[in-house]
Amino acid sequence: MEGLERIVKEHVFFADLTDDFCKLVCGCAKNVRFEAGDYLFREGDPADQLYVIREGRVAMELSAPGHGSMTFQTVGEGEIVGISWLIPPYRWTYDAKALERIRAISIDATCIRRKCEDDHDLGYELMKRFVPVIIERLHATRLQMLDVYGTKS
Amino acid sequence: MAAPETAPLDPMAPLVARVTRRHHDAPEVFTLELEPEDPGALAPFAPGQFNMLTVFGVGEVPISFSGDPVDQNRLVHTIRAVGPVSGALTELEPGAAVGLRGPFGVGWPMAEAEGKDVVVVAGGLGLAPLRPALYRLFAERERYGKIVLLYGTRSPDDILFRRELEAWRGRLDAEVEVTVDHAMAAWHGNVGVVTTLIPRCSFDPAQTVALVCGPEVMMRFAIAALMDAGVAADDIYLSMERNMKCAVGFCGHCQFGPVFVCRDGPVFPYARLRGLLALKEL
Repeated sequence: MEGLERIVKEHVFFADLTDDFCKLVCGCAKNVRFEAGDYLFREGDPADQLYVIREGRVAMELSAPGHGSMTFQTVGEGEIVGISWLIPPYRWTYDAKALERIRAISIDATCIRRKCEDDHDLGYELMKRFVPVIIERLHATRLQMLDVYGTKS
Repeated sequence: MAAPETAPLDPMAPLVARVTRRHHDAPEVFTLELEPEDPGALAPFAPGQFNMLTVFGVGEVPISFSGDPVDQNRLVHTIRAVGPVSGALTELEPGAAVGLRGPFGVGWPMAEAEGKDVVVVAGGLGLAPLRPALYRLFAERERYGKIVLLYGTRSPDDILFRRELEAWRGRLDAEVEVTVDHAMAAWHGNVGVVTTLIPRCSFDPAQTVALVCGPEVMMRFAIAALMDAGVAADDIYLSMERNMKCAVGFCGHCQFGPVFVCRDGPVFPYARLRGLLALKEL
């Protein structure tokens, strides 16, 4: 556990987390590893884990009939994969594939949600870290939707 | 009093140049290499400047230099076919004649960047006006601190100058990242908007000059990300695109608030344009 606590505390996403909160997070966390080509999760699966990337890059993909799989975002070291575990129905809406070897901290979503319900200070502290990620991804999606590099029709 | 041997060039009179090479870079994007019939008549160009190119009988458009400033006799322009003139330019074959006026405008602040980290943020065709600056940065590598190149474009098929990007990325003394807005799953590179790459890069914001070129909305978000990272407004330079006609500040078509983009730019420090970029339809 001590090793995991050190890894969590040193991760940029959890920077400056108090020792008490770090212990609570680590109680739901474990180290995981995926090889290139492995799927962290697939669309429709229960969103029961959150992944905090320590090393490697993950592609978020969507498939549509006749179009194949399309990557709409990649994330890497220092970033998180998965927000759907925050909001019911806790189900993934895309595939997450390892583009290279991934080392990550996997956090049990049910466990961390329960701890946030029990300790709203922890919940607020974690929300302050997740909400900027959500906002950043919303902004990025808006820019992608504008298709700014396309020619004007 | 004796007459001068050569009259000063009339900036409104085009010289004739010949297309020596035409290269297809990306969908609707071509690079033309031009050789002026009288090379001595042209002033040397600086990274970030532009020429006015004429397709005789069709019209004239401003096009930035995209080639190596070391090779002043080979004028390289990368053009997207978006209108009648640019479309006609991209269809010219080797040997064809084009009219040429230039070089015009204020280029990238290469001297001001010396001794500092240089962060280059390019979006789409915006890599073309930045390529001469990149050639200069790498040719005079010892004059600069860290070099970071961040390039975003629409899809893997739209990546410009792929060979050079791969070569620059292979260097041990530069950080080069490419991202696309969307890609098929076979693409193993980055996907996401170029601004998201800025916080991931390593540079000293207090000692950084940033060079930004791309669609205006992309530049607005890049500026915000650079300033969030701690780069001062005075140290962020943008290449602006407006309706340039005369290229010498006579006609006013390219007026952008208090400045003429053709004469005072196209490269400006962001501090000079702050407030104007947010105005709609200016």
